Amino acid sequence: MAVNTQRLKYVLVLVLAAVVAVALLWQRTGEEGPPPEQGSINGVAIQQWTTEKGARVLFVPTPQLPMVDIRILFDAGSARDGDASGLARLTSILLDHGAGEWDTNTIAARFEDVGAQFGTGARRDMASVSLRSLTEPELLEQALATMQAVLQQPRFEESELERERRRMLIGLQNELQSPASIAERRFYATLYGTHPYAAMPSGTPETVGALTVKQVRDFYRRYYVARNATVAIVGALDREQAESIAARLMDGLAEGEAAPALPTPPPLDEAVAGETIHVAYPSAQSHIRMGALGVFRGDPDYFPLYVGNHILGGSGFSSRIVEEIREERGLAYSSYSYFLPMRVPGPFVVGMQTRDDQTGEALALLKKTITDFVAQGPTPEELAHAKKNITGGFPLRVDSNSDIVGYIGMIGFYRLPLDYLQTFNEKVEAVTLAQIRDAFGRRVDVAGMATVVVGKTAPTPPPAAEPGEAAPAPAPPAPEPEPAPLPAQPSPQGSGGD
Amino acid sequence: MLPLVLAALLLVLPAGAAPASGSPVHEYMLDNGLKLLVREDHRAPVVVSQIWYKVGGSNEHSGITGISHVLEHMMFKGTAKIPPGKFSKIIAANGGQDNAFTGKDYTAYFQQLERSRLAVSFELEADRMLNLTLPEDEFMKERQVVIEERRLRTEDRPRALTYEQFNAVAFLNSPYKNPIIGWRDDLDSLTVADLRDWYQRWYTPNNATLVVVGDVVPDEVHALAQQHFGSLPKRPVPPVKPRRETPQQGMRRITVRAHAQLPYLLMGYKVPVLKTAAEEWEAYALEVLAGVLAGGESARFPRRIVREQQLAAGVDVGYNLWGRYSDLFLVDATPSEGQTAAGVEAAIRAEITRLQNELVSEEELRRVKAQVIAQSVYERDSVFYQAMQLGQLETVGLGWQRADEYVDRVRAVTREQLQQVAKKYLVDDGLTVAVLEPLPVAGAQAGGE
Repeated sequence: MAVNTQRLKYVLVLVLAAVVAVALLWQRTGEEGPPPEQGSINGVAIQQWTTEKGARVLFVPTPQLPMVDIRILFDAGSARDGDASGLARLTSILLDHGAGEWDTNTIAARFEDVGAQFGTGARRDMASVSLRSLTEPELLEQALATMQAVLQQPRFEESELERERRRMLIGLQNELQSPASIAERRFYATLYGTHPYAAMPSGTPETVGALTVKQVRDFYRRYYVARNATVAIVGALDREQAESIAARLMDGLAEGEAAPALPTPPPLDEAVAGETIHVAYPSAQSHIRMGALGVFRGDPDYFPLYVGNHILGGSGFSSRIVEEIREERGLAYSSYSYFLPMRVPGPFVVGMQTRDDQTGEALALLKKTITDFVAQGPTPEELAHAKKNITGGFPLRVDSNSDIVGYIGMIGFYRLPLDYLQTFNEKVEAVTLAQIRDAFGRRVDVAGMATVVVGKTAPTPPPAAEPGEAAPAPAPPAPEPEPAPLPAQPSPQGSGGD
Repeated sequence: MLPLVLAALLLVLPAGAAPASGSPVHEYMLDNGLKLLVREDHRAPVVVSQIWYKVGGSNEHSGITGISHVLEHMMFKGTAKIPPGKFSKIIAANGGQDNAFTGKDYTAYFQQLERSRLAVSFELEADRMLNLTLPEDEFMKERQVVIEERRLRTEDRPRALTYEQFNAVAFLNSPYKNPIIGWRDDLDSLTVADLRDWYQRWYTPNNATLVVVGDVVPDEVHALAQQHFGSLPKRPVPPVKPRRETPQQGMRRITVRAHAQLPYLLMGYKVPVLKTAAEEWEAYALEVLAGVLAGGESARFPRRIVREQQLAAGVDVGYNLWGRYSDLFLVDATPSEGQTAAGVEAAIRAEITRLQNELVSEEELRRVKAQVIAQSVYERDSVFYQAMQLGQLETVGLGWQRADEYVDRVRAVTREQLQQVAKKYLVDDGLTVAVLEPLPVAGAQAGGE
């Protein structure tokens, strides 16, 4: 019922979920954006250790409810696909389609018989394997034994691959009847050019059609290894139990090695920078995506950009973009901007959809709003308000086991400092007006952004935006970056981007 | 990420109850008829406050469909004290998040806050329960926003469009036939005067339930509610007419042709809900049946139709036993490449026939029950969801106590009862089928740009 369907949009079979949720809940806001960013774990320290095989484990005991969440993150997302776009996704799908002595039906039944919820997924940076189970020993034991087999002994059979390949192909066709999906695909391709982030994790019909069992097995052997894994555990367990679970799940994997560093995305191709790409589609609305390369996890500009974007387009009705687009003019239901921090610079995305014939007006207005913000920065009142919102709302972001497991998984995967959550508020408080102006000035070149419009007619070119004081953004070197966590609760914010 | 399994459970098996170990609900009634429900959850220093009004799409009639939802949007457009748009900014300045949603049977507003800020929420909600200004200029803009929302969520989504038309054909006179967001034509002709009338008719303390879950002390919440809401006057609320659906007398079929890449099948059987069932167990049996068919990857539809026969890329089931009026037991499917909607429909109906002819295995029934029991624990990880359950049950007139009964009632369902409801309700005479026939999208290529 209160299903957050936006979060599940890449799952092709959730047709009814979408339909029914739409039928039941018409929410007031539709802004999209990245998951919330901060946390502190209610006074409980994050425990961290490394398993014998070299997997990093993060654990937070939460004794209140008799349940546990386990999330294993591998650096095995679609950024590792190479030319075989869709390989990471297919590998992740096939993990629980036959493993050890159990076939697909048996695996599903073994989880469901004990009320456990199991899932796998692959996005650009990471592949995830997740379990939620009751902690009653017999139930947990069956769930863990099944998860262990799935992780350590997947069969990757030809017949299963063929069927799941066909389902992925249906999923790709499904994307093509969604102007939003078409816009997202084109936007990433434009922004990232030849970089691995350019491709969608769902692949293309050509690449998915060509995937083989051997490729899947090789991919699994290379990337589903202990040194390439982060294990996040949150629940009613003690340290000893958590250690034993982590060891059991990891020690049967090869030790292997961590995936190599990803290349830094090249600057936007001059042929598309500042241009508007139009994709013809017979929809009532045009879907707009604008943006540029953004930040990586651990980026020194992260906090000024995060707080600044909160004011620009990241905080719904408190943000300038929603004020200008929706509140002042009624142009769109949903409008937003966000930075999606990833391993190497993820995108800065500005998006909205509006009636076909007012696309030009909306585009011009979006550009002007961003340009003004980059040129002048926020007002002192806006900054004070944003800080109150971000820091005052801190407890909401870590008020459930599912929130906490998302955050500690992210901290472990991107090797953020363990005190990331505890120091989050003070870092937000420390951001100054000058830092925001400086960071946006260096990192957001409005005149050079990529723009994709999917809709019936090409928008009339908006008036040239004032470049302001924007300068090209040299992406800082070094590693770190993307989120896994979920929106604070089942509601308005879908997880955008990756 | 647990997309598939989790979503299936939430849809098919809504809302288990907090088992005995869950904290009790404290119920209060203010003199003006506002009901207050409080549940303590001290895991984190947060609180969620939701106010539920007993008005939604199913209160509407022809010509004003969508009005409840538009009014929900306008509730953020100012009172004598709070200017338009200011409501959410105040909540944000307090570190909170707020939003609202409209359903068939309710309109609800919520704030999530650090626990000490609850008074901010109460003060604002009490104010807009009585003092909404509904300015004409704000209305004109907001109606455009809602029309954009309709384009986004329905008109440009071929499956949502199919569902809308399917629903309108499945019901003859039940108010469930209308889309919650309203028909476009009705939205175009809606006026501020209509909204003012709707607001005055339904927004009164005796037509609302205030639900608070979080790190709070119930009696303190009660005192705070008394302070902010206690002086609001009560008004008589018009009785809700029964509006029972005329019995269906034969299968209905429609085709929806729209720009799309894939065909799509929707089937709906007329079924009772807990509130309307001749015997309450029937609703719980339908709930379990939904689990047997699609409550997880090991359920019958995914196992047989998706993986064994490979007729569909996905098949799902939806049933909401907590509605105000009788509803549909929904099945939907996306045919596999080279398969037809007709072929998938035949396979689905063969499974239904099998449910009528053979008892479900003990193993399958046990599995569904195990999932329901586990889910009732998992749900308590979300204070928001706990509040949702209480609010929804109270608002449709079932009473929040149903949340606590849920697990036991599901546990009591027998294999024979599953067969009985399948025979009684999953029958052709009560069936509506819609098929989406794709109109090609010029220029589009699979997966390409």
